[in-house]
Amino acid sequence: MSDSISLAEICISQASKAWQDDGEILATGIGLIPRIAAGLAKLTHNPDLMMTDGETYLISEPAPMGKRDSSADQVEGYMSYSRVFENLWGGKRHAMVTPTQIDSFGQTNISVIGNYDSPKIQLLGVRGFPGNSINHKNSIFIPNHSIKTFVEGEVDMVSGMGYKNKELSNGIFEIKRVITNLGIFDFNGKNNCMQLLSLHPNVSVDDVITNTGFEIAIQSDSITSMPSSEELVLIREVLDPQGIRNTIFGE
Amino acid sequence: MNKVLTHKDVLDHLQSNATIGIGGWGARRKPMSLVREICQSDIKDLTVVSYGGPDIGLLCAHKKVKKLIFGFVSLDLIPLEAHFRQARQNKEIEVMELDEGMLQWGLRSAAMNLPFLPTRVGFGTDVLTHNPELKFVKSPYKDKESFIAMPAIKLDIALLHVNKSDEKGNTQIIGPDPFFDDLFARAAEKTFVSSEELLSTQELGGKDGAIFNRFERSLVTGVVHSPCGAHPTSCSPSYGFDIRHLKEYSDSAKSFNDYADKYMNKTHQDYLESVGGTEEITKIPLPQF
Repeated sequence: MSDSISLAEICISQASKAWQDDGEILATGIGLIPRIAAGLAKLTHNPDLMMTDGETYLISEPAPMGKRDSSADQVEGYMSYSRVFENLWGGKRHAMVTPTQIDSFGQTNISVIGNYDSPKIQLLGVRGFPGNSINHKNSIFIPNHSIKTFVEGEVDMVSGMGYKNKELSNGIFEIKRVITNLGIFDFNGKNNCMQLLSLHPNVSVDDVITNTGFEIAIQSDSITSMPSSEELVLIREVLDPQGIRNTIFGE
Repeated sequence: MNKVLTHKDVLDHLQSNATIGIGGWGARRKPMSLVREICQSDIKDLTVVSYGGPDIGLLCAHKKVKKLIFGFVSLDLIPLEAHFRQARQNKEIEVMELDEGMLQWGLRSAAMNLPFLPTRVGFGTDVLTHNPELKFVKSPYKDKESFIAMPAIKLDIALLHVNKSDEKGNTQIIGPDPFFDDLFARAAEKTFVSSEELLSTQELGGKDGAIFNRFERSLVTGVVHSPCGAHPTSCSPSYGFDIRHLKEYSDSAKSFNDYADKYMNKTHQDYLESVGGTEEITKIPLPQF
C-alpha cells in the first residue's frame, strides 16, 4: 500500500494531528483537505471533537465527501451561524483554513490583493478571520506553497491577526500547525518565527526556502511520516470513498 | 390588519441614499425578487448591509450601491462574487469591511437601542486601519481592558425572505438556519418580507409552527407574496441554489447586457417564467456540503 500513498493523503494525515490535543471542541475544516483531516482526527486521535454536517447540524460521525444520503446522518446537536459565532467567542473551536496570503507574523489575508482602496484583486472579505484569530486556535493548509502565499513583509490586508499582536488576544492567539504541499511547519521557532518540522518526500530545504517570502527556521529536515495503514483505510474507505482528495494536487 | 403589498409598493418606502439591510447569507434565502425590483427602479446611492451574495452583486451591477457594509460577498459554491469584485476593483463603491461577528454586533446593538457593543474582534487586523471611525472603550471594572466599541448599524429598511407569512406579518423561517434575519428586522425602522407562501393565521400551524416565528409581527411593515422569491439563491427546505443560473449570472460580469435582457426588467411572474417556472425551481435539490 505504501508505494501508492498520495500527497493528499500525507497532508490529510498530518493535518489531522492539529486537533489531537484539543479535547471537546468544535473542529472546523474549511476546504477539502482540512475537512477530511478534521474527520480523520475525530475517527483517530480525538473522538471527542464536535463536527458539523457542513451546514447547520452537529453530527456524530464525520460526513464523508461527495454525495451521500444525509438522512442517515446521526444528528446530535445544532450549529446555526449564530451558534458558531457564540461558540467561537467562547474559544471552544479550532479551525483549519486556507488564506490567500500569510506573513512571518502568522497574519493572514482573504480580503484583497494589492492596495486596499484600489484592489488589484478583490477576494472574499475578511469573513470571520478577525474573530477566529483572536478567540481560538487556528491551523493552516496551503496547497501551493510559494512566495505569493508566504509573502515578504506583511500581508496586503491583515484579516486574521498575528503573533506580533498576541497580547491583544489575552495570549490565546495560536497557529497550531501549517501543512503545505512542501512540508509541515509551526510558529514555535524563536520569537514565534515559522519553522520547518518535516519535508514531504522529494522536497528539499532549498525548495522550501526559495518558495517562502520570509526567513524560516529549520527545526528538522526529516521526511514527513507517512499515514498509518489504519488512517489510509479511513481516508480511502470512510471519509473520501470517491477519491475527491486527489483533485487537490491533480494526483 | 392587512400588510400585504406588491413588489412595487415596497419601493414607495425606499428612497435614494437610504441604508438597507438584506437578510439571508451568501447564496441562501436572499429576498431576490425585492432586490430585482430595486434594480429596476430609479433608486440609487444606497448604503447596503449584508452577509453578501448575489443580492450585492446584482445591486452593484445596476450601480445602486454607494457604500457596502459587509464581512464577505460570496456565491458559496462559486466563492468569489464577480459583480461585486468588478465594482470594488473599479472603485465604484465605498466599503466598511467588518468581521462577520462585528457586523452581527452592529445589528444587535441597533436592535437593543444601544450606541455600541464592546468586542475584542478586529484588534490586530486592518479592519481597524480601514475603518478609522471605529472608536474604543475601556472596561470600568477591575480588568480595565480596552475594547473596540462596535457602533450600532441602524437600518432604514430591512428586506428579508421567509418561508411563510400571514397578512398580518406573522412570519416563519422553516429552513434550519434563520441566519441573522431577526437582527436585521430589529435594527430597521421598517421591515419588508417576501414570502414563499401567504397563508391564513390558522394555516401557520399553531404551536408547532410558532417555533419557526423568529421575530414579532410588530417589526413587519409589509408582506409581499413571492413564490420562489429567493431564486437563484436557495430557500430551504423548498429549493436549493440554482448553480447553473448562478454560473450564468457570474459569467455575465464581463458583459451584463445579455443577462439583463434575459432576466431583468420583468415582473416577478415573468422572471419566474424566464428561469423555468416554480415547478422547475422547486425541483432543484438542496445543496449538500
